[in-house]
Amino acid sequence: MELTGAQALMRSLEMSGVEVMFGLPGGAILPVYDPVLDSPIRHVLVRHEQGAGHMAQGYAHVTGKPGVAMVTSGPAATNIVTPLCDAFMDSIPLVVVTGQVAMSAIGSDAFQECDTTGITMAVTKHNYLVTDAADIPRIVAEAFHIATTGRPGPVLIDLPKDISNEMMTWYWPDGVELPGYQPRSSVDPAAIAEAAALIRTAQRPVIYAGGGLLKARAAEALRELAEMCDIHVVTTLMARGVFPDRHPLCLGMPGMHGNYSAVTAMQQADLLINLGARFDDRVTGNPAHFAPGAKVIHVDIDPAEHGKVRVPDVAIAGDARLAVEALIAALRPADGSDTTAAMADRSAWKSTISGWQEQYPLQYDQPSGGHPLKPQYVVEQLRDHTPDDTIVVAGVGQHQMWASQYWKFDYPYTWVNSGGLGTMGFAVPAAIGAKVGQPDRTVWAVDGDGCFQMTAQELISASAENIPVKVAILNNAYLGMVRQWQELFYAERYSEVYLSADHPDYVGWAEAMGCAGIRVESAEEVVPAITKANSIDDRPVVIDFRVDTEEKVYPMVPAGGSNDDIILGPEGDADAVLKGSAPS
Amino acid sequence: MSGQVDGAGASSPREPDLHIFAAIVENKFGVLARIAGLFSRRGFNIFSLAVAPTDDPAYSRITIVVDVHNTDVTQIAKQLDKLINVINISELHPSDSVERELMLARVGAVDLAAVVDVISEYGGEVLDHTDDEAIVSVSAHPDRLDRCERQLRPFGLHVLQRTGRIALRALDASEPAVGMAS
Repeated sequence: MELTGAQALMRSLEMSGVEVMFGLPGGAILPVYDPVLDSPIRHVLVRHEQGAGHMAQGYAHVTGKPGVAMVTSGPAATNIVTPLCDAFMDSIPLVVVTGQVAMSAIGSDAFQECDTTGITMAVTKHNYLVTDAADIPRIVAEAFHIATTGRPGPVLIDLPKDISNEMMTWYWPDGVELPGYQPRSSVDPAAIAEAAALIRTAQRPVIYAGGGLLKARAAEALRELAEMCDIHVVTTLMARGVFPDRHPLCLGMPGMHGNYSAVTAMQQADLLINLGARFDDRVTGNPAHFAPGAKVIHVDIDPAEHGKVRVPDVAIAGDARLAVEALIAALRPADGSDTTAAMADRSAWKSTISGWQEQYPLQYDQPSGGHPLKPQYVVEQLRDHTPDDTIVVAGVGQHQMWASQYWKFDYPYTWVNSGGLGTMGFAVPAAIGAKVGQPDRTVWAVDGDGCFQMTAQELISASAENIPVKVAILNNAYLGMVRQWQELFYAERYSEVYLSADHPDYVGWAEAMGCAGIRVESAEEVVPAITKANSIDDRPVVIDFRVDTEEKVYPMVPAGGSNDDIILGPEGDADAVLKGSAPS
Repeated sequence: MSGQVDGAGASSPREPDLHIFAAIVENKFGVLARIAGLFSRRGFNIFSLAVAPTDDPAYSRITIVVDVHNTDVTQIAKQLDKLINVINISELHPSDSVERELMLARVGAVDLAAVVDVISEYGGEVLDHTDDEAIVSVSAHPDRLDRCERQLRPFGLHVLQRTGRIALRALDASEPAVGMAS
């Protein structure tokens, strides 16, 4: 069968199991958009290419399947660089196809030419410039294999226009042959035995659960390990939901805005069992002062993470689920007796932790009379008035931290956010992608007013394609997190952070984009607005929650500081200012 | 590309801590850019780099000499190994390796015989000469090349081109310490 390169590309995507793709056509990718009309793959037309990338990410987050986006050359390719980098940082499987000018024009500064493979080399797991239409099926098969195996990540395929028009003889490869890419999933039994020995004797162990557990579909295995060994679990920003927040062993989120129990348990642990996390600086604070007395077991599918930040005592390279299952097998007594009986006595540690939990819960104060409306209160009411398996998608900033802190995540794959790159504007398009991937679930974006303004136009895509997401804007009229740092670390000199609560008119804007718009100004209006939003399912809904501009995210560990210097609330602000470390 | 290529850091406040990595890579478009980009963005300091196809033209062998000051050596190998086009990577310890580097130099040669005296000690040869200048070629262990270069300097070293070292594991050497079974 003779196909054009464009037809071969679409056919290859179909053969790779793609059901949905997100994109926007243009000159160099035009040949491929013709067979899009004949393909069973659903194409969601975006309003900006960045939206296509983040939608593909949201889709991948909640389905576990690779997200696919397709855009044209030049400015479209540069517009999708941010999602590529975001996916690279958070290990999200993506396959992105970009158009390119014809082979004969490459290097001539042709119209809408840019060196896409050159630009994206540093933000993709791998990328391809197709130079022969006959290579298309092989390259597509390789791209999906690379994106979804080992440590997942984004792969880009740059397709020149003449290659799209070139004829090729169709084939589909039996497999992929990549001699330089042999990701290892099985784990070393000797390392497992060493790790098991450390777990048995540890008196103050903590499981440091990272996003790798979600990638490995390891939530059940994690729960079995934690319960069997009776060990507390912290869930990083990327891992919220992998272990139920309501579980008695769950300590919640660690790190810069983690709760006191999670942060301090890690600091004082004698054993950190890191499962698929990467000692990110937002978790460790100053790594020289992080968990100084802890031995470290580090499970990661990417061996380069071992020793990158913290040298582990036991490094286990491999799939997190296989590693956790191997640990369970190694620790479970053959005679069926209680596993904890064979372990060190941890009663003192457990009572210390429960003391912290009692003494230092997350807290805020919603004054009666409803004013000012506290953002944490909004998140709690949303949590309590939406289905338990609601998918929550956040942008980046204060609202993201409040959402992570105050939502109770009891199911894996219900939390979607931009962790590593911290991409403002992530929420709206990622929520749309999540809703496309899980159409029967309720999807709420919890967004900031600054973030919303960056990508809100994708709600037009959602209206047009009938993708009824819901957006809660925690509108504090500021770039709130920056304002918080300026208040604490720059002597309240507020530089370029005021946005205005009224401009834009979010309700009017929402309605102009085909959404329902609701404004909430007091605590009394919160629940009725959420109830109304939940009843609307024929279009997206945007609620403009006017929240307290001065509310800050606590606890907080000042950037670059030690996690021992955690600030619990406003009464600790003076200390923060005194520390005055150069934040980053 | 970062790094110094004109001798072993004579003016540097510290001696470089040089390690040699040998990588077999797929001989594909852009592979060198991927490696250079990786070194640049991870803050690894390339001292010298030599690349050419192996006996199998589908693959190239790259010898990278890295100044590992403040850098975890295993990180370099592990990060390189993550590149899809890198087939394998190993570290060559100088004591377990044979190393060579080629130098071409345009030197003052009013006294050609004196120049020949210097380079013949290193097995070098004169490739071209006029009344007052010569182009010489010397292939030797990089440390010996450094010495040869110093000895040529008094003649007037007008142009110097060194290739960066290439290295192979010595025949009786043990297996690599940082071998990545890729």
